[in-house]
Amino acid sequence: MRVLVSLPVLLPLLAAGCSLVLARHTTAQRLLTVVVLTAVLADAVALLVAVHRDGPARVAVGGWPPPLGIALAADLLSALLLTVGVLVALAVLLFAIGQGTSERSGETAVPFHPAYLMLVGGVGLAFLTGDLFNLFVAFEVMLASSYVLITLNAGEARVRAGMTYTMTSLTSSLLFLTAVALVYAATGTVALDELGRRTAGLDEGVRAALGAFLLCVFAIKAAVVPLHFWLPDGYPTAPAPITAVFAALLTKVGVYAMIRTQAELFPREDTWWLVAGAAMLTMLVGILGAIAQDDINRLLSFTLVSHIGFMLFGLSLFDVAGFTGTILYIVHHIVVQAGLFLVTGLVVARTGTAKLHLMEPADGGPERGTPPVITALFLLPALSMAGIPPFSGFIAKFALLRAAAAHGGVAAYAVAATALLTSLLTLYALLRVWRALSAPAPGPPASPVLTVGATAGMVLVGLALAAGAGPLAELSERAATDLLAR
Amino acid sequence: MRALDLTMALVLGGLFATGVLLMLQRSLTRVLLGFILLGHGTNLLLLTTGGADPLPQAMALTAIVITFGVTTFLLALAYRSWRLSGHDEVRDDVEDRRIGTVRERADDEPALGVEEDAG
Repeated sequence: MRVLVSLPVLLPLLAAGCSLVLARHTTAQRLLTVVVLTAVLADAVALLVAVHRDGPARVAVGGWPPPLGIALAADLLSALLLTVGVLVALAVLLFAIGQGTSERSGETAVPFHPAYLMLVGGVGLAFLTGDLFNLFVAFEVMLASSYVLITLNAGEARVRAGMTYTMTSLTSSLLFLTAVALVYAATGTVALDELGRRTAGLDEGVRAALGAFLLCVFAIKAAVVPLHFWLPDGYPTAPAPITAVFAALLTKVGVYAMIRTQAELFPREDTWWLVAGAAMLTMLVGILGAIAQDDINRLLSFTLVSHIGFMLFGLSLFDVAGFTGTILYIVHHIVVQAGLFLVTGLVVARTGTAKLHLMEPADGGPERGTPPVITALFLLPALSMAGIPPFSGFIAKFALLRAAAAHGGVAAYAVAATALLTSLLTLYALLRVWRALSAPAPGPPASPVLTVGATAGMVLVGLALAAGAGPLAELSERAATDLLAR
Repeated sequence: MRALDLTMALVLGGLFATGVLLMLQRSLTRVLLGFILLGHGTNLLLLTTGGADPLPQAMALTAIVITFGVTTFLLALAYRSWRLSGHDEVRDDVEDRRIGTVRERADDEPALGVEEDAG
């Protein structure tokens, strides 16, 4: 068990160092990253099985017991998200290798592989940490590598977007550190399980202030409206696979940290009006922003913001059914959003543009559509995202709506209505893209096998989520019950 | 919980306020200085909340190392921006510029009206 819990953090970090040494040997570097991520994936699956069988596991790193040492903890929620996250990271890596993102600049060495491994290590640490300060360190490891990845081969546009992204993330990190300092001052500990016991004894006002502070910090990281402005501006300029992995993992880690801290440190009984309001605002502003866009990458970034609202929806209900819905939604969204961004990468590689108005068939203009394979690969996750049965999006949305109906109350029904409207608008926004893509394509298809394969794999995983909805829902429900029981 | 003495509270408040003010500027150098001040403020807060307790001191040490690394990265990025564009000002974002062009076009050709598509 000890090995299982520590490997997802240790392996990628050690491999990142080795990868830096191998900078001149491209093949060895690629092989190392693929092997390490496959090993981490196998480990995550084994961890999920072990936690499912034996219950949550804790490991004191280096044999130092808390409060001095740092604990790594794995429960169903973290093991499940870790598995899905690493799976997506592996698929995106194969896409990046197929597309050559890692070595586009010729002469200068590009630190893609080391940075990517650090990113995965940081994500693993964020999911597995049992300590609030260590969560801050995990965010820093993850974000520091993301700063490197977003400014790879930086031209003017990428430096500008990277600067905005970096400054926003750093500000939220400093706020996070301030929150950690205040939590420590109030309770005298930063270990999450101990904190859960001590926050209950705090003064009501102090407790509410600390809870709101942490909520605000993670809301910036998860791009919750009105703290979302950095996301649609920062993500689209990066290369396709990097945008895909950021969209799939970074915001979800923010949401994960949000539900973990709120459920463990600041549990509540009633509906959370503040989060319900933020959820509605996020859904509507995000999807209206998406409809107004012409660039596919920007459109998908706004869709991403919009669907963070669905995850807040479950959090605002603050009961087992609500959390079950949120966990299902996170799992579904990681896979589907990564799939959509990868397909966009294929589209741009094929047509040379991500602008919708350039793809629309014009009289006498060149034909800029895509072959049926790519169109189909876009349509499947798009329908899933909009929540059309029988795809995974429908299952996650259904779980949320059922939770709202069981919960009752004005706030729950209002958010549920907004969620339905948002799903409809999502369908409109994504089908607009699909229509542009299905314009007649010139010439025979010539996409590299690896990129199409990785994308198709991602889409298939999305379909598999729907096929395995029963066990997945049961797993999410148990994870939610464990989370709230503490 | 320890009581915070007035001097420390004033120093902390000053660091946070100056840091935020500098971060809101257009020049990347000032933004960077703002980030450094904000980082100092946070680390000092960690130390003052802990007193003689060694744990927050260890946390502050970790945070100082992280802040140091990130500052180096930001300096490199600001230099890159200066090399590429000849200045280190942060530009308006894409959407702002799009809305700006729509308004300019509307001002030039009043007959077309403001509803013209941004394209």
